[in-house]
Amino acid sequence: MTVESTAARKTTRRSSGAKRTTSAASAKKAPAAQGAEPELVQLLTPEGERVQHPDYDIDLSAEELRGLYRDMVLTRRFDAEATSLQRQGELGLWASLLGQEAAQIGSGRALRDDDYVFPTYREHGVAWVRGVDPTNLLGMFRGVNHGGWDPNSNNFHLYTIVIGSQTLHATGYAMGIAKDGADSAVIAYFGDGASSQGDVNEAFTFSAVYNAPVVFFCQNNQWAISEPTEKQTRVPLYQRARGFGFPGVRVDGNDVLACLAVTRSALERARRGEGPTLVEAFTYRMGAHTTSDDPTKYRRDEEREAWEAKDPILRLKAYLEREGHADEAFFEALEAESEALGKRVREGVRNMPDPDDMAIFENVYADGHSLVDEERAQFAAYQASFADGEVK
Amino acid sequence: MAVQKLPLAKALNESLRKALETDPKVLIMGEDVGKLGGVFRVTDGLQKDFGEDRVIDSPLAESGIVGTAIGLALRGYRPVVEIQFDGFVFPAYDQIVTQLAKMHARALGKVKMPVVIRIPYGGGIGAVEHHSESPEALFAHVPGLKVVSPSNSSDAYWMLQQAIQSDDPVIFFEPKRRYWDKGEVDTEAIPGALHQARVAREGSDLTLAAYGPMVKVCLEAAAAAQEEGKSVEVLDLRSMSPIDFDAIQRSVEKTRHLVVVHEAPVFYGAGAEIAARITERCFYHLEAPVLRVGGYHAPYPPARLEEEYLPGLDRVLDAVDRSLAY
Repeated sequence: MTVESTAARKTTRRSSGAKRTTSAASAKKAPAAQGAEPELVQLLTPEGERVQHPDYDIDLSAEELRGLYRDMVLTRRFDAEATSLQRQGELGLWASLLGQEAAQIGSGRALRDDDYVFPTYREHGVAWVRGVDPTNLLGMFRGVNHGGWDPNSNNFHLYTIVIGSQTLHATGYAMGIAKDGADSAVIAYFGDGASSQGDVNEAFTFSAVYNAPVVFFCQNNQWAISEPTEKQTRVPLYQRARGFGFPGVRVDGNDVLACLAVTRSALERARRGEGPTLVEAFTYRMGAHTTSDDPTKYRRDEEREAWEAKDPILRLKAYLEREGHADEAFFEALEAESEALGKRVREGVRNMPDPDDMAIFENVYADGHSLVDEERAQFAAYQASFADGEVK
Repeated sequence: MAVQKLPLAKALNESLRKALETDPKVLIMGEDVGKLGGVFRVTDGLQKDFGEDRVIDSPLAESGIVGTAIGLALRGYRPVVEIQFDGFVFPAYDQIVTQLAKMHARALGKVKMPVVIRIPYGGGIGAVEHHSESPEALFAHVPGLKVVSPSNSSDAYWMLQQAIQSDDPVIFFEPKRRYWDKGEVDTEAIPGALHQARVAREGSDLTLAAYGPMVKVCLEAAAAAQEEGKSVEVLDLRSMSPIDFDAIQRSVEKTRHLVVVHEAPVFYGAGAEIAARITERCFYHLEAPVLRVGGYHAPYPPARLEEEYLPGLDRVLDAVDRSLAY
């Protein structure tokens, strides 16, 4: 599939109504984007109506639909709990995914167990579908570790804070899959801000040149801290892929069905040995960048309100109710499950032990290093000197 | 044919060949490493014999080379990447420092990073800007990295084998102006550990500590000093992280005088670290302050000035005289 054919076959539906250009001035400065409505792959309207797309049809059972809904609800509940825990002083920082549940659950549920995920630091929903214990995600934000899980037990790499670095790790890993002759695939998550990074562009180059089985999943949540997407690019992000020689597609990032269908298609393409795909999930970060951020300084309430109308969870709920795929008992049980999850996370964090002092010196090297050994011994002696003092 | 006389570059080539033969997970990656065999021909003939899947010509993007090597290591491969010249490593510095060096610790030991980054470094070949630098201190300062540099063909062969076998990332600095120096390589020898210093010349009056390209200069200085009746010991440090301080201490307790020599700028350089540590360890043995000979706090100069910038025989001997005069 070429970019051209993908674009040509897109529906002309004005689906979400969100214009990329927000002012006449910026439209004038950015001719490539001028007058362009976002062309989104969409399977579920903001009102919860199921619509068709010629390239990305998907047929899910009621149980599968309820599963996606459950994933999104629990992820949002977990995220809200983490935000509260930060406010209560239990976490040093939190990067909320509020509003991005569909992009993460949809793409995450497209993965097979043997696929590998390279996240940023906001992929709590993807971690959830990979089976990473949510409490483990909080370790780095609480300051007890820099990771918190074994990447290979869930094929979910550690969170990466330096923007865009992980896209190259994903590409290298995908190159390894190809060398192994396996048909697994890799997905690399990043944001609209990361698209400006050299590493992301180098990842595009390497993956295209080596035909690596990797899907680049860009969650364009419209803001890189305080900078809008217009400060990162003069063309819609999915169109970047064309210059690197692989397809790019923009999907409604608040539509879990479309995110699932588009990601599944891109992964299948990778498995067939046809190389990378760039998926731009057009979505919105409803909260702050992190708990240290103050979005009131750079964006308007009306913007958030407009996006709230496209809430990914509400739209799937409307669809489930409209089609009779879920009853009141389901929603009530899920509410109870959410509360239980919140409680478990809250208690898990509060009971999370501080690391042992000697952890400073652990795992610096796999094969050991004489300087680390020397400093470990000095530190141990220093700590022991206080213990002696207390005894006296 | 266990013992051969090989130029240093050829010894590296043989070492890489051995690694590719021994372990199917070893990969060579870098710009021009394939058909051309690298700009210094260190990878000459390897792609022909091991194929494009094992010896990989990379796009011209250093961060990409190191970043994808990290991913390949996560998949179980052992990439050996070539950075074409010292001054070109900086686009990859972010990946090396923020990712490669920390991955093992961040994963609480659950993943290994057996990545070797080969960097031809140092001056003395009349090159243009960015082709003659000695950035080893920038890497040695980073926890999680090991930093080594061979000074001769035998070490080139063996230390590269050891670096590839290490589960830690190793920055492997190759003294490019010694690439064509020949030396004996015993491919069946049992090598010393990667981090151990080597006494390159025994002496009793003063210790010269150096690594990489400066070992040869120090050996020449020791020979010249001998003619003046001074017995100078030369230590080839081989490893800048870790540094074999025990070996330096042993030597200094004997000679009571230490001069550290490197091409990199003296300011914040390896010599500063060695001077500080050896002063702590050998305060009552030293008869003179630890002296340093190295580059200046200035950009590496144009080639017509590099002989003035680089430590040569006279500057080293001058430092020897100053130390012994205390």
